[in-house]
Amino acid sequence: MTKTSKTETGSREMTGAEMVVQALIDNGVTDLFGYPGGAVLPIYDELHQQEQVRHILVRHEQGAGHAAEGYARSTGKPGVVLVTSGPGATNTVTPLQDALMDSIPLVCITGQVPTPLIGSDAFQECDTVGITRPCTKHNWLVSDVNDLAAILHEAFHVATHGRPGPVVIDVPKDVQFATGMYHPPSAFDQAHYQPKLSGDLEKIKEAVALMASAKKPVIYSGGGVVNSGDDATRLLRELVKLTNFPITSTLMGLGCYPASGDNWLGMLGMHGTYEANMTMHGCDVMICIGARFDDRITGRLDAFAPDAKIIHIDVDASSINKVVHADVPIIGDVEHVLEDMVRLWRAHSEQPSEADMKAWWAQIDKWRARKSLSYKPSQDVIMPQLAIERLNAMTKGHDTYITTEVGQHQMWAAQYFDFEEPNHWMTSGGLGTMGYGLPAAMGVQIAHPDSLVVCVAGDASVQMNIQEMSSAMQHGAPIKIMILNNEYMGMVRQWQQLLHGNRLSNSYTEAMPDFVKLAEAYGATGIRCTKPSELDAAIKEMIETPGPVIFDCCIVALANCFPMIPSGKAHNEMLLPDEATDEAVGSAIDEKGKALV
Amino acid sequence: MAKEIQNQNKPVMAPPASAYFIAENKEVIVQHTLSVLVDNESGVLARVIGLFSGRGYNIESLTVSETEHERHLSRITIISKGTPKVLEQIKRQLERMVPVHRVVDLTMVAHSKGYEKPLERELALVKVAGTGNDRVEALRLAEAFGATVTDATTGHFIFEITGRQQKVEQFISILTPLGLVEVCRTGIAAMNRGVEGM
Repeated sequence: MTKTSKTETGSREMTGAEMVVQALIDNGVTDLFGYPGGAVLPIYDELHQQEQVRHILVRHEQGAGHAAEGYARSTGKPGVVLVTSGPGATNTVTPLQDALMDSIPLVCITGQVPTPLIGSDAFQECDTVGITRPCTKHNWLVSDVNDLAAILHEAFHVATHGRPGPVVIDVPKDVQFATGMYHPPSAFDQAHYQPKLSGDLEKIKEAVALMASAKKPVIYSGGGVVNSGDDATRLLRELVKLTNFPITSTLMGLGCYPASGDNWLGMLGMHGTYEANMTMHGCDVMICIGARFDDRITGRLDAFAPDAKIIHIDVDASSINKVVHADVPIIGDVEHVLEDMVRLWRAHSEQPSEADMKAWWAQIDKWRARKSLSYKPSQDVIMPQLAIERLNAMTKGHDTYITTEVGQHQMWAAQYFDFEEPNHWMTSGGLGTMGYGLPAAMGVQIAHPDSLVVCVAGDASVQMNIQEMSSAMQHGAPIKIMILNNEYMGMVRQWQQLLHGNRLSNSYTEAMPDFVKLAEAYGATGIRCTKPSELDAAIKEMIETPGPVIFDCCIVALANCFPMIPSGKAHNEMLLPDEATDEAVGSAIDEKGKALV
Repeated sequence: MAKEIQNQNKPVMAPPASAYFIAENKEVIVQHTLSVLVDNESGVLARVIGLFSGRGYNIESLTVSETEHERHLSRITIISKGTPKVLEQIKRQLERMVPVHRVVDLTMVAHSKGYEKPLERELALVKVAGTGNDRVEALRLAEAFGATVTDATTGHFIFEITGRQQKVEQFISILTPLGLVEVCRTGIAAMNRGVEGM
């Protein structure tokens, strides 16, 4: 970065610790998540003497990272984390990698031992920039207080521009004490890091011509639409309306096109709907918008959408041609590209033939008629699908944010909850981090104090960051934790059944805590429900109870998550719930599939 | 379906498996030379090398030095092997790093100009110890290869040789039986022929 002027208003001499707080204020930060320790005490001292930035004290630094992720995902603003050196920094590694894989903007400030002690194995020293180099978009070790302001502003710029991601600024304690010149963000030119936003117009024209010639098109959208902002969502919906193309989405992109929309196929991929995966398999033109052909999406690669010409829109050039060859690659921000695409589509003389589109939709309706999300209801035990369906029904009318942990409950939430808006669905997609949901819910609630924030959890993963209940209590974040309790690590158990002869090695949760008592121990409210007939009342109580609630929703123990693309199979070889007999489940994966790592 | 699967204890499948799909690679492996212009800041080399090790890319040769002192820019020359798809990924992955200014696939540029490869040179220091005939032979070979003597006693020579990688390899292998003690090589420096810069 280059500094343009030294006489900028807002430039003045201050300590490094003051600079950190001032830079947060100047970059629009109102809340940060953190945990104090020796190497960040000067910064905590400054935080104590001001009221513009609110500090949310967590109970574990991993919680701070996930809370900041939830905050960022639900607001579109960067999430900010402040932790100490050594263990404070290493505890943030999981959320940093999580944010890197899901493209969440995080700014993580870590304390470091004083510069002269670096490399001496000092108390609470670790090579923070070395450890976090592969799990951040970029990181900095600040060795001179006069570089600090520039680095802090650049960090916010890098985290939020191009494909968003986490950054780390490692600030040694002597730099926090030292005095230097502070300059505001406007004093710096960030021209050196300006990822291209507009797509190549020729490529977009080519894409529009290809779309107009399609007989069996599909739009496959992803988290990049959420990251691009509200206008990207608006344009995506407009494009679907104009073209009448069917649309499916990845786990990360749910909500950009509303679940109630006519063209919605449901989520695609390993646990996607039959109609979404069959449409992907049968399409002749695929428009991938802000998604990255993850292995949970494509299934068997050599049988992935065999007849499709692929248009791929992504702001990150390295996502294009990484996994699947793009016939029309468009490097650019979703909003910018869609703006051109919608405009060119309107002006385009030819459009797909009505007869072709009618035939395609008739085919899709046949796939829809398979009702791949159907399940056998029960009068005796709560089916997990029912629990999510009732949560969905009973939260209508609320501004509801859903977070999840990772596992079966996560897939059920994605399948059975209707997401109508972007930024209302927070889940760990790429990294699959158990322990994400509870702290993320707290982060969302801090950003949206008057909204309903529900963490759909499993009995195993909720225990990975359960300590953040204490933070939620302290900061008055009335999060609702709905545990789909089947007393198993359900997804692990399901895979052991599918792949390992049903030998349930270590997937059973023994010595389960009493979640009602646990809630009460934290000063929160605990609710338990075991009967389908009492489910609605319990959900209502959860929603209406002020303050944090843990709802122990005891579900059927051995339900599997279907539909499913078994390993080594293509989109058109799904295992559907009504076909999933013991025998079918047992033989779903052939010898070839078993040979893979 | 839940009821059917529920309470069943019999093993349904024996051997282990996975959901990852690993396709057999049938593409040809090619070698390309990349020039990477980076900010010469702390940790930048670790970043570049970490990308290669972290994503399983190959490094055949790596050379780095600051080439523009005023702008603090270093030029890294990397020779890597992989399928054309992997080589494209390497270029894209390097390009998105914050301190990376430019990445040029020198081999691609050379091809577009009608050459097989870019101009590539390597320097090696080769120490040989010995007396009698071996010593005479070593000196004779050095002359034939255009290597210069940079240090000598009655018991040893240090030769300096510059040239294409193949020539350096050949020189070293011929000297091996003549009392080769140690070798130090710089790795490849490369640029394209013609008037244009990278």
